[in-house]
Amino acid sequence: MVWPEMRQSMVAFIAGIIFSAGLTISRMIDPAKVLGFLDVFGQWDASLALVMASALLVMAIAWRLAVQRNQPVFAENFPAPAKRNIDARLVGGAILFGVGWGLIGLCPGPAISGLALGRWEVVIFVIAMLVGMALHQFTASPKPRT
Amino acid sequence: MHNFTPIPAIIGGAMIGFAAAMMLIINGKIAGISGIIGSLSKPVKGDRGWRIAFIAGLVAGPLVVQVLTGQLAAITIENDVPSLITGGLLVGFGTRLGSGCTSGHGVCGISRWSTRSIVATLIFMLAGVATVYIIRHGLA
Repeated sequence: MVWPEMRQSMVAFIAGIIFSAGLTISRMIDPAKVLGFLDVFGQWDASLALVMASALLVMAIAWRLAVQRNQPVFAENFPAPAKRNIDARLVGGAILFGVGWGLIGLCPGPAISGLALGRWEVVIFVIAMLVGMALHQFTASPKPRT
Repeated sequence: MHNFTPIPAIIGGAMIGFAAAMMLIINGKIAGISGIIGSLSKPVKGDRGWRIAFIAGLVAGPLVVQVLTGQLAAITIENDVPSLITGGLLVGFGTRLGSGCTSGHGVCGISRWSTRSIVATLIFMLAGVATVYIIRHGLA
């Protein structure tokens, strides 16, 4: 691996740890906590709304800082501007994801972090999630990344 | 309100935002987990290392917290194997089809006012709420 790539990987590793520690401390890593958040009409636990609000606030500042820079510190370019079209893929994908999320209480981040906890349920979920991603890869026609 | 834990939620959320901000400002990348994993299968030169490193960091995170606090996070999952597999397939396929998950659309996209991300997040939240409602409270 060449140096620029290695620098990026070191940053990504540290960012991954901080991200995952945030999931752990906020308890979003716990499917029961997530399901409590989604149970709006039952015994609602609003905690995860604060996780999201807090993360959004920090990221909104980061986007402003990004606009003021010509390029990222260790890379050539910032991400391309967000696409704007609302299509069937976006809507359908979000519905399928939401149903799976509501069924178990795991989304991709907490699922991967949860692998550290030594629970077979998480391992089965992650394997199925990777199969689901691969199925999409094989069935969908190529599309540009978001 | 049940089991409300505002302080850890705000601190943990800020850490998630900070990590995503590091990825953006230093590496120029969107910290969307489904995209980081899903695009691993596309052979683009020099684009693999950081993805694997980020995923390794995700797995290491709870262990780092354990070292610092002395306890490993406890979680509750009550699903059987068929529903774990169904849920995993839906989450994997759905996040790729919809180009993002809670992190990519929910945190990184909404914070740049992406219409697609706002729409996607509203939809997957509603779908999640509806699913939990049906499972816990039934249709009647």
